[in-house]
Amino acid sequence: MASVEFHGVTKTFGDFTAVSAIDLHIGDGDFVCLLGPSGCGKTTSLRMIAGLESPTVGKVLIGGKDVTNLHPKDRGISMVFQDYALYPHMNLADNIAYPLKVRGEPVAKRHGRAREVADVLKIGELLDRLPSQISGGQQQRTSLARALVYPSEVYLFDEPLSNLDAKLRLEARGFLNHLQRDMGMTAVYVTHDQAEAMALATRIAVMDRGKVVQYAPPIEIYRRPATTFVANFVGNPPMNLVPVEASIEGEALQLRTHGLIARGLPLTSWVRAALSKGNKLTLGVRPEHLTIGSLADANSISGKLFANENMGPESLVTFERADQSRVTARIFVDDHLDVPDNVTFTFSADHVTLFDDTGARIPLEGEQRL
Amino acid sequence: MRLSLPQYFSRLGFSALAAILGALFALPLIWFLFAPFNARAELGIAIPDPFTFANFETVFGNAFALRGLLNSLIQSVGGVILVGIAATLAAYALSRSAIPGKGAVTYVLLLFSSVVSGSAAMVPIFLIISAMGLIDTHIAVILVFAGGLLPTSMFILRDFIDGIPKTYEESAMVAGASPLQAFFDVALPVIRPGIVVVVVWAFVNIWGSFLIPFILLRTDDLMPASVAIYSFYSEAGTPIVTLLAAYSLIYSLPVIGLYLFVSWKFGFRFFGGIKA
Amino acid sequence: MKKSFALLSHRAAALFLTPGALLVGAFVLLPFFWVIFVSFTNRTLLGRTALNPEFVGLANYIQLFDPTTFFTRGQFGFSLILTTQFVIFSALIGQALLGLLLAWLIQTIPPALKRIVESAVIAAWILPEVVIGFAWFAFLDYDNGTLNMILRGLGLPPGDFLLQQPFWVIVVFNTWRGAAFSMMLFNSAFSSIPPSYFQAADVAGASSWQKFRDIALPLIRGHVVTDLILITMWTFNVFTPFLLTGGGPSYRTELLSIYNYRVAFRDFEFGKGAAVGVIIMLINLCFALIYLSIGRKKQPKPVQP
Repeated sequence: MASVEFHGVTKTFGDFTAVSAIDLHIGDGDFVCLLGPSGCGKTTSLRMIAGLESPTVGKVLIGGKDVTNLHPKDRGISMVFQDYALYPHMNLADNIAYPLKVRGEPVAKRHGRAREVADVLKIGELLDRLPSQISGGQQQRTSLARALVYPSEVYLFDEPLSNLDAKLRLEARGFLNHLQRDMGMTAVYVTHDQAEAMALATRIAVMDRGKVVQYAPPIEIYRRPATTFVANFVGNPPMNLVPVEASIEGEALQLRTHGLIARGLPLTSWVRAALSKGNKLTLGVRPEHLTIGSLADANSISGKLFANENMGPESLVTFERADQSRVTARIFVDDHLDVPDNVTFTFSADHVTLFDDTGARIPLEGEQRL
Repeated sequence: MRLSLPQYFSRLGFSALAAILGALFALPLIWFLFAPFNARAELGIAIPDPFTFANFETVFGNAFALRGLLNSLIQSVGGVILVGIAATLAAYALSRSAIPGKGAVTYVLLLFSSVVSGSAAMVPIFLIISAMGLIDTHIAVILVFAGGLLPTSMFILRDFIDGIPKTYEESAMVAGASPLQAFFDVALPVIRPGIVVVVVWAFVNIWGSFLIPFILLRTDDLMPASVAIYSFYSEAGTPIVTLLAAYSLIYSLPVIGLYLFVSWKFGFRFFGGIKA
Repeated sequence: MKKSFALLSHRAAALFLTPGALLVGAFVLLPFFWVIFVSFTNRTLLGRTALNPEFVGLANYIQLFDPTTFFTRGQFGFSLILTTQFVIFSALIGQALLGLLLAWLIQTIPPALKRIVESAVIAAWILPEVVIGFAWFAFLDYDNGTLNMILRGLGLPPGDFLLQQPFWVIVVFNTWRGAAFSMMLFNSAFSSIPPSYFQAADVAGASSWQKFRDIALPLIRGHVVTDLILITMWTFNVFTPFLLTGGGPSYRTELLSIYNYRVAFRDFEFGKGAAVGVIIMLINLCFALIYLSIGRKKQPKPVQP
């Protein structure tokens, strides 16, 4: 296993900048998810680690060694592709053993090793089938087996679960998590599914328009999203983001907008600094941090009921504020929830994240500016 | 679904019209089903009585006729090998490399291949082959066909290769293969159906061709079947019907066989259409 | 320059392209330029001018376009007009309409019948041209031919069509020979239309003709244009009627390709033949440019004759 480093890596295709001056350090044994919407540069970044694209500017290091100009085959990597890339003319055994074949291993050893890996992945029965004769889930495991059949420094995954249906995806995700615990592999995993990233990663790099917006452990990303973009991308349903006008009443911070008032928030030096540049802030609060309350509460948000969806253990209550924007609350009751037409929710100051007018998170008291 | 009465009659009308058209198309060819097996065949349709292979025996006794089939085979196979190899390599390069000017090359080739037809270019082709000293050789026919069929073959194959995910070769290279290994182990086997279509198409084209060998060849011993067939005309220029019929049938069999093969293997889609 | 990791390096790509480039260069590109050069000379096959052709300027072209003989049978102008008529009647009207009709019919008929009809139409297209030529020779024979047999059976007067109506014979012949291409192209176009479009029309109570006119035809317009240009180009260059009529009787079926062959390889006037070739290529170029300019959009691939 080895670390992976990006040093000032930029990749352009003609006029289009796919990846813009990225610096990233992926530690030995880290499982890093590159998370972001399509076109954010996550796949290009992964392909530069693989050597399938070469950076326009900058260096890529694997295990401390500069591999920028190295051919993919010389990088000591394995990769699982989104479309699996199983060779249609080879049976599963030959598919899985192909990396060993090009390494010149004898046939007996190849097939022995392919069988071992296939057995672990529960496809040992299928080794003489062709890829076209097995299910999508089995194809996915075959491509995983091909990546695991030889020891690698780094394992690369390009949205490997996106072609599976929901149930299989959960199953495969659990298996990958187990594998990571078992092997402690260094892995770089591209996905646009935030739940997948949260479940698998030891660290997530959220990307937007060619840049890494935040690089942190999943729980940190969830609790302290660096920007409104990250806040909106991570969590399902995502964090409620409400544009508010801030004012200082006496020595207290007050936030207001249609149907929202927040009086109980601490006025930190960071907030003062943000307010010195303008009084338009964004208040972020996760749906599970809203509880049913009243207008008398220090922090309240209210509106007209829009939808009330019972999901079993929880209900998603969506309401519309006066400016027609919607806010969702997640209420944990395992019974049908009766909600009046005009609803009011309250939230605690501890659960509020504030963003300045550029969309960057305002740090908490005592925190360093990133 | 139940059909209403008018719908039922309209379906019936469609079928009847289609059947009539099919029959009209078959009409000029029906003669070939009978005449080869009739030792006394004339230009009219007659049920063979007795049914006989005598015509085929006579044809197989004619060294010149057999030589014609062999020559057709030499020229077709030779041309097909050249087209197959050159088109596969070129199409792969056009599809997978980042070589500059790919688009322009494709455009120019498409243009020229449509413009330079056999009937327009017969004079320069004859002169070029003369200048190369290749008049009256198999290789002349092979080269001219290879060149002429290449552009279209390249487009068909390039399209085919463009439709194959690059991840096949990429995964091979990540797994440790060199580009050459990736090409031979992975890309080539995956492209093979496309190559088969192109090769069949080229074979049928060369096998059935008349004008090019007619212009480029002089010696009877080199003539392909399409030209050798005229040896079944008498001195006076009238055809020896029985032998012509039998020979035509033998000569057509590879084309029919390949057509059946392609439609069985790939389904006879428009794209893979082979054209004589 | 930075090293690139395209699947194929520039050098390997160049190597891969070499055999194809040599073959296409020698037998497609070179003839194009050579024919232009030869058309300005008085080169012949035999005699003094075979080895030392002289530059004659536009003499060959002037001869081709000589107004006193232009429309005479066996001359260039006659062949050009004949070929134009041939293209209009056998390709644009015959092949395209028949192909369209066949393609529409086989959408709805039972699969077994569909296979039989398709086989008959495609057989006419794929069999070697020499065989087809002879088949029609037998088919049209005055005394015993299948056609006259049928006409006599129906109580109609038989005819020696190759002598009486040679032009219409090659028109019908070429329609018959080439309709398969249009049928297959339109067939694939029709089958690319989602069945739900027609089902929705069925629910709305549309007749077969209305479905054809209102749904199918507008959706395959692009294919129609492609088809018309391709079959025009191919029919314009076709040599096959030579195998049925030899260009006769008395030049009445002498299409441009056959005229070119006669001038160059019967009369051995290569210079003049080359000039004919240049004109054919110029006309081809017009069609090809039209095709390519609209073909930039996603169009079906041409499969050349």
